Amino acid sequence: MVNKNNNVYIALQNNEESRPLIEAIEHDNSDARVEFYPAMVKIDAPGRLVIRRETVEDLIGRDWDPQEIHINLISLSGNVIEDEDQFGLERAN
Amino acid sequence: MSANQRLNLREKYQKFTRDLAWEPSYQKKSDIFPQTDFEGIHIHDWDKWEDPFRLTVDAYWKYQAEKEKKLYSIIDAFAQNNGQLNVTDARYINALKLFLTGVSPLEYAAHRGFAMAGRQFGGVGPQVSCQMQSIDELRHVQTQIHTISHYNKYFNGFHDWQHMHDRVWYLSVPKSFFDDAMSAGPFEFVTAISFSFEYVLTNLLFMPFMSGAAFNGDMATVTFGFSAQSDESRHMTLGLEVIKFMLEQDERNVPIVQKWIDKWFWRGYRLLALVSMMMDYMLPKRVMSWKEAWEMYFEQNGGALFEDLARYGIRMPKYWEVTVKEKERLSHEVWSTFYNYDHAAAFHSWVPDEAEMQWLTTKYPHTFDQYYRPRFEHWQSQTDKGERWYNNTLPMLCQTCQIPMVFTEPDDPTTTCYRSSDYKGEKYHFCSDGCKDIFDDEPEKYVQAWLPVHQIYQGNCGGASVPEVLEWYHLRDGEDNKDYLYSQDRANWLKWKGLTEEAERTLKAVVNG
Amino acid sequence: MTIEIKTTSVEPLRHTFDNVARRLGADKPASRYLEAMYDLQPTANFHYRPYWDPDHALYDTGRTRIEMTDWYVFKDPRQFYYGTWTMARAKQQDAAERNFAFVEKRNLADTLESAWREKAARLLVPLRHLEYAANMNNCYVAAYGYGTAITQAAMFVGIDRLGIAQYLSRIGLMLDGGSAESLDAAKQDWMQAPVWQPLRRLAEDLMVTRDWFELLVAQDFVLDGILYPLVYDRFDRVLEQHSGSTISMLTEFMNEWFTETSRWVDMTLKTAAAESDANKAQLEQWMGHWVDRVAEALTPVAVEMLGSDAGAVMDELQTALAQRATKKCGLHVGEPAPAMAS
Repeated sequence: MVNKNNNVYIALQNNEESRPLIEAIEHDNSDARVEFYPAMVKIDAPGRLVIRRETVEDLIGRDWDPQEIHINLISLSGNVIEDEDQFGLERAN
Repeated sequence: MSANQRLNLREKYQKFTRDLAWEPSYQKKSDIFPQTDFEGIHIHDWDKWEDPFRLTVDAYWKYQAEKEKKLYSIIDAFAQNNGQLNVTDARYINALKLFLTGVSPLEYAAHRGFAMAGRQFGGVGPQVSCQMQSIDELRHVQTQIHTISHYNKYFNGFHDWQHMHDRVWYLSVPKSFFDDAMSAGPFEFVTAISFSFEYVLTNLLFMPFMSGAAFNGDMATVTFGFSAQSDESRHMTLGLEVIKFMLEQDERNVPIVQKWIDKWFWRGYRLLALVSMMMDYMLPKRVMSWKEAWEMYFEQNGGALFEDLARYGIRMPKYWEVTVKEKERLSHEVWSTFYNYDHAAAFHSWVPDEAEMQWLTTKYPHTFDQYYRPRFEHWQSQTDKGERWYNNTLPMLCQTCQIPMVFTEPDDPTTTCYRSSDYKGEKYHFCSDGCKDIFDDEPEKYVQAWLPVHQIYQGNCGGASVPEVLEWYHLRDGEDNKDYLYSQDRANWLKWKGLTEEAERTLKAVVNG
Repeated sequence: MTIEIKTTSVEPLRHTFDNVARRLGADKPASRYLEAMYDLQPTANFHYRPYWDPDHALYDTGRTRIEMTDWYVFKDPRQFYYGTWTMARAKQQDAAERNFAFVEKRNLADTLESAWREKAARLLVPLRHLEYAANMNNCYVAAYGYGTAITQAAMFVGIDRLGIAQYLSRIGLMLDGGSAESLDAAKQDWMQAPVWQPLRRLAEDLMVTRDWFELLVAQDFVLDGILYPLVYDRFDRVLEQHSGSTISMLTEFMNEWFTETSRWVDMTLKTAAAESDANKAQLEQWMGHWVDRVAEALTPVAVEMLGSDAGAVMDELQTALAQRATKKCGLHVGEPAPAMAS
């Protein structure tokens, strides 16, 4: 492995509820790469990826608790950062 | 009450979990938690545990119930609409048979194993994480049974899945894997299952397989699979946290953890050999090859993980480079084995058709045409002559992973890999250096293995003949086993699809064969 | 090519799994509860002896003195599997959430007379530690018990108890204005105040009880069987008299939970007792032993809660438990049992 590999990713069910989440991720993470698979969407980013509560709330027009992510989450890789305002993933290196 | 006095999410969660415990004074802590020391792991401060997720029980109930409602409405609709008829091809169902008999019982084992760990860890943080996982794993086995219950009504091979799991030869591979983890202590168990299996390897089981189910029209399985995965994300973070916690607590833990990572990576990788064959051979419409999945989920993602852990002095698991060498042959070697012994298996095998072989050629340009295509073409020609070949010699099993000795030398795909060790005057055989090392480190454990072939020879499995053993397995000869081509499953499928004449020809062959 | 599917021709080959059919005596459609409960636990051909208990197999009937020919004669009258359990609890938590929100929105906790608010906090909040012990004990039953029929229900109870510990913590935060002072004070009392020490000793003794069925009897039948009516009925009545129904709204979950869960506990003991005289005698011996311990441990708490009525109430609750044992489980407790005397 020549290049430093510090990729993180999140995979979500590809459904109506995930749509604003994907949009919010694209909005707040300019390096994110979104790939669609059957029934699933996988989003990779170098080093860090966040889903911000405020961005999602603007997109859906209601309160959104970052813990709601659990309903449509399929998989992730990276260290979880979780508080009232965001759900994110990062690498320590 | 002013709002600024309120605890934040993290503080509140700590009050609601770890603050519940107390330092005992009427009983010794070592009597309440008798298993925390014997594995050699040193923990100085359980409060340093970082909670991987902070779900209080009420929030857990709320979100999980929402997931369950969605899932069961899909399961109900699937049954009402005979959704099984919408899958691409009835061959696909065989992957589900392997799943119910081989994987679902592991979900149950995880449920019990995490209940044990949830009771035994000396800190509330890991106790709660493990208990939540325990109840999630119960969810997984139960939603799998409920989803597959409908398939059981229309297809063979599912009907006595737990009885088979405790007995059938290839199912001792997954069973011994979990028995191994559960019979270890709580720290090794969680390293084995949460880290090595869930965090490093489970994506290979669920993500391509469930995408495969979606691709093959099986919406019920997709739904339970992805719904289970949403829990797995919590479990994976538990795996990573438990590793970091042990490594940060005491540097004497580092070599122990490294040894467990080496052991359980290899154990898990061998178990996934069954998944490689599901991906490359059992899905009529394929999503990605085993090789591609291994590259994506292990080499790239696993690589990032181990670079992350390097600062603790943890390196890539031993023999990971062997898995890279094997990625172009693993699925072919395993599928060939089941083709050989399918008269003693509870699912059907087949020779891939020409379009499928073409796909395998494309995906495995360095090996498929050279080593495996000729084999399949030979078997096909025998079948065409009405002489479908089965191997009636019982195979030698690896003492550690319990897979027949079918894997080849890391640097030579044409030579079978044999390793052995002598222990207390007996010789033990292994499929690989990885499995031999595991045995050599704990021989007194692995000599106990309930090896199905040995057990048959010792007369513990109903008798010495194949029909007697099959009866002991509760495996119905002529229904559950043998080639898909002549199976009742295929005949029924053709009939349901309106291809009556072909169905009748197949049914005759079932009777004749 | 479109193919017309004649649905009439799609006939099932079988109606349930073979293990379920064997138990039902016929291949007929079975409930989701039965399909996802029967025979889930492996019973044969274990590969390795546990390092932590080399005298037993991974799953072993020998971890309790109760003996059964079939561990699947136990049934959960609620028919809980994960889905039904979690959906039932989600409904209850939704109601609890509304109650907490109602109390918070109207500042009802502030309207409590301060002496009674303080008393409620002082006597309810330390119980979250006891609930934690109940969580560990039920988790022990789920881990080392035999047969999914009992172990899955114990796991549900284990998580329920963590949930209840968290509800009690929220009550504390509600009563102390969110500062967590009541939680800290309660912890201190639990560790040092003489009134709580016999109960803490009991909790620690239960956490080293090795026979899982004995633990189930001691925790879920005897301790809970006196604790819950004492706290969530008798003490609740006192609180209601002096400060209205605010606290009752916040403990409604516990009350409902206890009534529901008792049905499972009763059925479990009844089934084990009906199996053999030996089981019955063992259960009665355990009950007799633990009833005395529980009465002793709860009496000081009852005195704090009920004052001079405490003695009479504790007698009533023990009598009620003995009646419950006789009526619901076929067991005699609190007096020398005829079966033991003969």
